[in-house]
Amino acid sequence: MKQLFPLSLVLILTQTAFAFKVGLVLDKGGKDDKSFNSSAYAGATKAQKELGIELKYVEAMDTNAIENLHRSFAKKDFDLIVGIGFAQADAIKKIAAQFPEKKFAIVDGEVNLPNVKSLLFEEHEGSYLVGAIATMKSKTKVGFIGGMDIPLIRRFEMGYAAGIKKQNPKATLVSNYIGITGEAWNNPAKAKELALAQYNSGVEVIFVAAGASGSGVFDAAEEKKKLAIGVDSNQNWMKPGFILTSMLKRVDIAVFDTIKDAKEGKFAGGPVRFGLKSKGVDYSVDEHNDKILDAETRKKAEELKKQIISGQIVVPDYYKKAK
Amino acid sequence: MDQETGLALSTLLISIARGAAPLLFAAMGGLLSERSGVIQIALEGMMLMGALFAAITSYFTGSPWLGFAAGSLAGLIMAGLKSFFVLKLRTDQIVTGTAINILAVGIAPFITKILFQSTGSTPNLPIEARFVYAPLVISFLLSGGLMYWFSQTRSSLWVQFAGEAPQALQASGISVGKVRLFSLLTCGLFAGMGGATLSLCLASAYSPNMTAGRGFMALAALIFGRWRPLPTFFACLLFALTDAIQIRLQGATTGIPVQFIQILPYLITIIALAGFFGRSQAPKGLGQHI
Repeated sequence: MKQLFPLSLVLILTQTAFAFKVGLVLDKGGKDDKSFNSSAYAGATKAQKELGIELKYVEAMDTNAIENLHRSFAKKDFDLIVGIGFAQADAIKKIAAQFPEKKFAIVDGEVNLPNVKSLLFEEHEGSYLVGAIATMKSKTKVGFIGGMDIPLIRRFEMGYAAGIKKQNPKATLVSNYIGITGEAWNNPAKAKELALAQYNSGVEVIFVAAGASGSGVFDAAEEKKKLAIGVDSNQNWMKPGFILTSMLKRVDIAVFDTIKDAKEGKFAGGPVRFGLKSKGVDYSVDEHNDKILDAETRKKAEELKKQIISGQIVVPDYYKKAK
Repeated sequence: MDQETGLALSTLLISIARGAAPLLFAAMGGLLSERSGVIQIALEGMMLMGALFAAITSYFTGSPWLGFAAGSLAGLIMAGLKSFFVLKLRTDQIVTGTAINILAVGIAPFITKILFQSTGSTPNLPIEARFVYAPLVISFLLSGGLMYWFSQTRSSLWVQFAGEAPQALQASGISVGKVRLFSLLTCGLFAGMGGATLSLCLASAYSPNMTAGRGFMALAALIFGRWRPLPTFFACLLFALTDAIQIRLQGATTGIPVQFIQILPYLITIIALAGFFGRSQAPKGLGQHI
């Protein structure tokens, strides 16, 4: 055994030295928000299993910690560092410039450096579809609850509103935001309170884009026997029968593909956009919402999807409007 | 009053009760602690622990009542820790309170990682493992009980003297240390209940930092209420009312910016502290060691 010990140590060392190392910096919601961050984490763990990379993840407890987390990854022998969330753009911009030999990727943010890949999603397209689906179920009054009041979430809302108008021009949208700080991603109690107020005012379906706060809306839907629409991950399983569908944002695929490309030496900087066409955004159908999302609704949604992909329908984009 | 207004009013009242419950628990606990002379800025940490252990216990046992008990116990233990440092080792009360808050933020991911492989949140609780309204009733009963105790009983005078004139109480043969220990532990118990209300009634799981500043809101309510049970009770209700109104106004088009309504509770606190509604006098012995 004694002779074996140094040998196994060498084996371990060589293995770690050769493994492709990925550092994942998650946003405040944490890997268990069952939404945005969970999706990113799922993609990274899939890469860990299938590609044999070495993965280390950290959660940014507050915004000030982000830069330090990226720096500590960059200083060590990590090959690729992935930042999740718009709040990390500034940190990556700074650190990526300081470590030009390292590769970086960011989700939901755009950083124009040769060693940074920006993974962007056309959230408004997916939101448009769920807006139309919500209105098929709700008729006159539809709800939206956003997490933190930021342009990204406004983009969800704007696409959603356009989908509603397309389905029923007379339908009204009731829209609430949980807050204006990062705490809004983690305040299910407030989200539930907002949802109850909306349901009480006659709203039938609420689309929630609020990270970990979303569970509060699902609780309200369950108590009031109404419907909710999940976001980012497929959240249908969280409250089967009360979640109409989920607006998927395939952060998992984007993260997995980025890791795969980087490992195979095909990493390229610059922005990549994931829309309906590339299935980067979509709505979810599974055994949990099979019954409530009927075939007719699905057929109509598929038609709209085709029209958006072919360019017949142009979904208004908050980012473009803001410019 | 027609039926529709009646319905809207009743949902508003329930909404106020929901918003007020965690504040009431924490503020009443904080009131006890501060009246006995111990500055209480650790409400946030005690609430967090209460919320965490309530959610964990309810998840494993399926009983919200056991969860509620475990939550209050967790608050009590945090308070026990604080009293050991503050009363026994005579550390600075503000620094210790801050440490308790930071400790609570750190403990949560540590425990959830062991139990659920998750960093700082518990799995969602099924509807049978949650409360519908029981903690709301408890919070109001508890506030009423404390009001009665403060105005009608001799033992409450010990707590008040421990905060106002600790030397005098000591001279009369009552141990200030014991009175403060009792107040602190009860404070932890109440704050733990407040946390349990959050994770078992207002939400359906523990999520990181889910108190979202409610511990400090409770402290503000208590100062606004001039360290007296009845005004503190109304301060909590007022905070909950502004929150409920703000939620309702967000959807409607009133012309008043939502942000303005959101700052109301804080604005009221500042005005109150500035002495516009009469002087807000802290207990004289607050923060003093004996």
